[in-house]
Amino acid sequence: MVVSAAPAEVEVPRSADNPVSDKPWVTIVWNDPVNLMSYVTYVFQHVFGYPKKKATKLMLDVHHKGKAVVAAGAREAMERNVEILHGYGLWATVKQDK
Amino acid sequence: MEPFRSVRGGGTRAWLAAAEASLLRSLVSQVMSLVEPDDLEDQGQGQGQDEDPELAALEAMVQGPGADKPPEDPVLARLLPDGYRDDPDAAGEFRRYTEPALRSAKHQAAQEMLDTLPEAGGRIQLTQDQALSWLKALNDVRLALGVRLGVTEEFEEQWGRLKQDDPQWSAFEVYAWLGAVQESLVQAMH
Repeated sequence: MVVSAAPAEVEVPRSADNPVSDKPWVTIVWNDPVNLMSYVTYVFQHVFGYPKKKATKLMLDVHHKGKAVVAAGAREAMERNVEILHGYGLWATVKQDK
Repeated sequence: MEPFRSVRGGGTRAWLAAAEASLLRSLVSQVMSLVEPDDLEDQGQGQGQDEDPELAALEAMVQGPGADKPPEDPVLARLLPDGYRDDPDAAGEFRRYTEPALRSAKHQAAQEMLDTLPEAGGRIQLTQDQALSWLKALNDVRLALGVRLGVTEEFEEQWGRLKQDDPQWSAFEVYAWLGAVQESLVQAMH
């Protein structure tokens, strides 16, 4: 990321003018018939640093409910998550929480 | 094959027969060539030909070679999935900026697996990082094969319905074996 020198006089837009950006974004992982349950759990532990119990619960949510929200935060961070999860072959998407 | 197990002091190890090693190498190489950027598609989309080569290089650097539509091949579409559902614009934008790096990451994991997989088989000994590349590359091979075979959660039943002389039968057997290899590696890494 790069920090640019902003002209001092320009007014910064208030966040109220752009309420969309205030809603949290989430990383969703979808169920698929190929990925091993043990592997998905391992990826959640390894990528997010989740303890085994939490990683296992999320994996079971994906398996039984078809999908699970595995992380929430800024849009850029969620996109980065999805990129990493795609690297592991997990079926992940970004979404704005509603 | 002797399944993967963890090695005291870090890492994992396994033993593969020559036929198993060559099967793995062949499958991984196939996925590798699949994820290589499709140069023919990326180039020559219109005006490019009499353009200043320096300008073209600069343009490629700025824009990147990323496509904004999912690949037509279902296997490639599964290996390089959309980053957004129900939002084609955001999915296209995401793909443009991430697909080239994702392709090269998958290519690299496959290459690292090939580099640590002797053609003649035998003892395989992996560091944690190498094992991670194996996990990713094995998973990509399973995804590719799984899509081609139309594998569902009822994989065992699908396989069981096939006659042993069905050409797909041995592909299912390979798919099941790959799952066992990957499972043993995950367990050894935990």
